[in-house]
Amino acid sequence: MGKYFDMLLEDIRVQEGLRSCMNCGVCTGVCPAAEFYNYDPRQIVNIVLTRDDDEIERLMRSDVIWYCGECMSCRPRCPRGNTPAYVIQGLRTLSQRLGLFVESEKGRQQLAIKRLIGDNILRTGYCIVPRNVVPALHPEQGAVWEWIIDHDKELYGRFTPVYGSDGAGALRKIDDESMQELHRIFEVSGGKDFYATIERHSERKAREMGYDGADDDYMMHTYTTNSEQHY
Amino acid sequence: MKRASWQEYQKDIADDKYYYARSCIRQNFFPGSERAFLDILRGDLGRDVMDDPIHTSCTGIGYHSDVVPLETIMTVVARQFALMGEAGYENFISSCITSFGIYTEILSTWEEFPETEERTREYLYKATGRELVKPRSLAHTSDIVFHFRDEIARKAKRKLVNVYTGRPLRVVEHIGCHYAKIFPKSGIGGSEFPYVLAGMIESWGGEVVDYPERRHCCGFGFRNYLVQANRGYSIANSQKKLESMSPYKPDFIVGNCPGCSMFLDRWQYAIAEMEGTTYGADGQGIPVLTYEEMAGLVLGYDPWELGMQMHQVDVEPLLDKMGVEYDPAAKYLGRDGRYIGKPERAAVNNGCQRAIYDIKL
Ligand code: SF4
Ligand code: SF4
Repeated sequence: MGKYFDMLLEDIRVQEGLRSCMNCGVCTGVCPAAEFYNYDPRQIVNIVLTRDDDEIERLMRSDVIWYCGECMSCRPRCPRGNTPAYVIQGLRTLSQRLGLFVESEKGRQQLAIKRLIGDNILRTGYCIVPRNVVPALHPEQGAVWEWIIDHDKELYGRFTPVYGSDGAGALRKIDDESMQELHRIFEVSGGKDFYATIERHSERKAREMGYDGADDDYMMHTYTTNSEQHY
Repeated sequence: MKRASWQEYQKDIADDKYYYARSCIRQNFFPGSERAFLDILRGDLGRDVMDDPIHTSCTGIGYHSDVVPLETIMTVVARQFALMGEAGYENFISSCITSFGIYTEILSTWEEFPETEERTREYLYKATGRELVKPRSLAHTSDIVFHFRDEIARKAKRKLVNVYTGRPLRVVEHIGCHYAKIFPKSGIGGSEFPYVLAGMIESWGGEVVDYPERRHCCGFGFRNYLVQANRGYSIANSQKKLESMSPYKPDFIVGNCPGCSMFLDRWQYAIAEMEGTTYGADGQGIPVLTYEEMAGLVLGYDPWELGMQMHQVDVEPLLDKMGVEYDPAAKYLGRDGRYIGKPERAAVNNGCQRAIYDIKL
């Protein structure tokens, strides 16, 4: 009893965001995720406060912890000074470290995020670049976005002299030395290990689910699947 | 008594000599806004802004979608601060609300948990040989525009006024959750009375629209947009805001955060295509501006030089109301002034059947 609770408390966000809860439900009242999903941040705080290992493990294996949008609307509102979102961040991090995230549909999506955003950071130095926002995967970006991507050099060239090249300005290429520094930061601070952990557990789960490992097919499966069981 | 409590919501904003950190989202979707910010600060206001060619992303989108660990983002942020120090600056300004929230949160975490600052210093030194220097002041770029709003008003070529009726334009402002909900004291007006955009709108002659869902999230929700299967969350939250604001007949929306501005623009497109619903006048969409675009129009900049052709919802109806002179054809020119063709037509700009705008309150 209390093993997972102690592990969670090693995360300073959980130390900062978890005090006693008076079950007022204010966090749930302002929460955009609670409005849309079968999700209740008040309950998350309560379950963690029980210190019950089985209950906390169930959370970390479930879809529930992945619904939050990390908007932080709950933070300034809690009369007890809790930040349910910090508790969620702690649960998500631990769920990935322990490999439990692959046991839920929403949790498995971490692989897609790691590859689409995480790897892009180490490739380009940016979270996103225009060519990542591929119109085929982003129909909601609309007709103008498609036009922009079709004429990216022409359009971005109007606003930045260094689109994809060296120098100061928007969408410049990040120089090799800075990229090396970024890579070393990810190495020494645990970022690369964390990426590897996501890949390793996804590989295991993908095989269990009948894929030839965590290949593009599996990743696209996690990216597009919605069982409609979340509302 | 009232005065004293309002003081709590003010923040000190440096007057000059800024180190500028660009935003992944803003430069992707609003590259003209980043350029306009620098042009306004340097050209119109005569300020010194350092545009460093070697800073990187803050990695904030990776952090808030839980693939980048806290220790890693802290070290990346420490590198940005170190670069500021090496360049001889102390006033750090960020062009993105997600980044701004992260910088604020990390500085505060270092205060509260000094061992995390120590560890970050070690990681930074080990990885890059650089030394962490903490900024003397931290601001979002909209704080800077707010700070100079009266000076901009004095130089204004146009006001936020409808030239046909002489009445103030009605403006919806969207602050972005991470501006002041994480640390209320970090934002002008705090999380209760955010005034950063409202202050600009009032100074430049417009009227701020209050509506029920004014403080609701735009719906980005990080993983809830990034993963295709989750986008229902994102569009549903934007829709909630749009439905709520439309009956108040806003002339335009202005966003603090580049992500929010992009979503409120694009989801109008998606809703119009999916359901035939629009939220602005004449069955069209509501134009969504960045505050740099709003300031740029006030100062007489050309809308296509501001990058407003990159919006999905057409801005021409607003330009006409404001009395902006523009060349309609120049919207479709590339960098060398060559015509590059037009985007496909979209329902949001063509006039839709189901318009919430005309509902009587
Ligand atoms: S941060 Fe998460 S739990 Fe908090 S209000 Fe936003 S969506 Fe809800
Ligand atoms: S707002 Fe705070 S006290 Fe109220 S239910 Fe949520 S966590 Fe508990």
